[in-house]
Amino acid sequence: MEQTWKQAKAAFAAIAAPPIAWLVLFFLVPMAVIWAYSFGENTGPITIDFTGTFANYARAVEPLYLQIFWKSLIVAGITTLLCLIIGFPVALAIAFASPRMKAWLLLLIMLPFWTNLLIRTFALIAVLRENGYVNFTLEWLWNNASGFMTLVGLQPLGEYEPLTLLYNNTAVIIGLVYVHLPFMVLPLYSALDRMDRSLMEASLDLGAGHLRTILLVVVPLAAPGIASGILITFIPALGAYLTPDLLGGTDSQMIANVIERQFKRANDWPFGAALSFLLMYLTFIAIAVQALVQRRSERRG
Amino acid sequence: MAKGKYLRGASRRSILQQFGAAAVGISFAGGLSACGGGSGGPTVNFYNWDTYIGPTTLDDFREATGTTVNMSLFATNDELFARLRAGNPGFDVIVPSNEFVTRMSQAGMLAELDHAQIPNMSNLLPEFQDAAFDPGRRYSMPYTWLVLGIGYRKSAMPAGFVPNSWRYLFDSPQFTQRIALLSESADLIRLCAKYQGISLNGIPDANLTSIEQMLIRQKPHVKAFHEDDGQDLLASGEIDIVLEYNGDMAQLMSAEGGDQFDFVVPQEGTLINSDCLCIPTGAPNPEGAHAFINYLLDAEAGQKITEEIQYPTPNAAVAARMGEAYQNNPVIFPPADVMGRSEYGAFEGDERSRLYEEIFTRISAA
Repeated sequence: MEQTWKQAKAAFAAIAAPPIAWLVLFFLVPMAVIWAYSFGENTGPITIDFTGTFANYARAVEPLYLQIFWKSLIVAGITTLLCLIIGFPVALAIAFASPRMKAWLLLLIMLPFWTNLLIRTFALIAVLRENGYVNFTLEWLWNNASGFMTLVGLQPLGEYEPLTLLYNNTAVIIGLVYVHLPFMVLPLYSALDRMDRSLMEASLDLGAGHLRTILLVVVPLAAPGIASGILITFIPALGAYLTPDLLGGTDSQMIANVIERQFKRANDWPFGAALSFLLMYLTFIAIAVQALVQRRSERRG
Repeated sequence: MAKGKYLRGASRRSILQQFGAAAVGISFAGGLSACGGGSGGPTVNFYNWDTYIGPTTLDDFREATGTTVNMSLFATNDELFARLRAGNPGFDVIVPSNEFVTRMSQAGMLAELDHAQIPNMSNLLPEFQDAAFDPGRRYSMPYTWLVLGIGYRKSAMPAGFVPNSWRYLFDSPQFTQRIALLSESADLIRLCAKYQGISLNGIPDANLTSIEQMLIRQKPHVKAFHEDDGQDLLASGEIDIVLEYNGDMAQLMSAEGGDQFDFVVPQEGTLINSDCLCIPTGAPNPEGAHAFINYLLDAEAGQKITEEIQYPTPNAAVAARMGEAYQNNPVIFPPADVMGRSEYGAFEGDERSRLYEEIFTRISAA
């Protein structure tokens, strides 16, 4: 007879207790405190009364803040879509690489995690700024093209004008895609790797082209991986604050920047807590949608 | 010309330090628990801005008194406040700016100073012996003072042109997309009030509305709101004109290649800040803290600090020992008539900070 945990309650409790205690003590309790703050009122510079007021939430759903939420959703959405478009072929390539190559490619994907996010963002600044490596390269190409045109007797190109790549919304999206790409590639890879290859062979044998096989066979089979990849890319991208802070221009503010300022400059923890929990509710909705997708695809499979 | 040669991290308030400070803070927490072990002599835990102390000051103090100073770093007043909000984690001496001296003393977060233990207070200039933000200097000793102004690249200006008005930052397309503004809501709004010719304290609602509209109008011409790393943006060629502190610009200008930059305090006057030495409530070693504050106000120690950090000193004994290059530096000491039109920003309550913050959020979202 198969043993279930019900038959070994003591062993189960011994194993489960430490992680549960950890979760309660360092996750649920602090979260509950912040949640309680969101119903509180400032009574002094460092004192908050838990009055059960909904005023913070009322303020958080004012058009000003909803607009910033909406903008953050759009930015996170574009980031996720780009990560999916870039990440899917990468994951596919890794899944079909030789075992030796696979290990190296996975290492390359995970390599950026060895460096602190801040350092990586500053490195990106050094690449993208007007006196940065992208512009140096373009300037070099430009000057060589210009020299070549003089050589063949044409009018040389004018002075090179450096491109403005930083301090705008595009820079924020480039930064977010760069940071979140591994989060997309890894779940996609694990879904594609366990896929039954014979189904693809069958599809190819029965006359479907490569593109059709990918779209009609591989993508549906990888749907749970795609869903979890989207989720774990979208959620951190939605809460990004360092990237918009450092790479963004004057209109790149995202909701996490506003939340950070409530906890720091504005010294308004109750309002910051209300904004954070609105963000959290959005996250719960996203997780629920993902669970739905997963269940439906499991039922179909 | 070597590109990026002038990039330097040396800023009292740059974001790079903010995260460096977090790392130092972590190692410092370890240090705190370690020093409870009783190894070595007495210690003072000093929470300071980055690049804001002399190269040998802490060693000199240990040699003179046998007290070891553990220094850890913060990058903004808000960070300092947030760290101490839930109780003093073990600091003896902290360096808040004037507004935060008021805010923290009102919140009971600062201990009263015993002036008898700080005889070097007599070294201070007469105008710094007392302060409106801390009547009777009950909680704070001045360490430096600083002003906001306009840093710029000389070659990007028309011949002989000096951007000596806030207009070029706040209300003019002349330097479109070559401007960076400090992302401190209160500082920004207060300087706009200065530009409108009113006091930066107690700004009327009508002016707040027109300031918000002015900045929204100006936004398309502004490249970035910087996190007090404006001198780095200037040095890396990203912008030509920036709202920055005089000390940060003086550091940039004294570095190699710094002569291509200049700094001016606009004729309308500016916001003056003063960073102060304070003892937080619950400091483990108040006696050592007093001795350390007294040491920092000493003429010779102060001279070594000022030579390094290039900020204006409120200390008459230190100023007298500094050379002419420092005393007559118009970046460090702006002209008297402009200073006459400048003001300290008073702490006007948390409601006011929140209002300024919401205005800034609206400007950013517009």
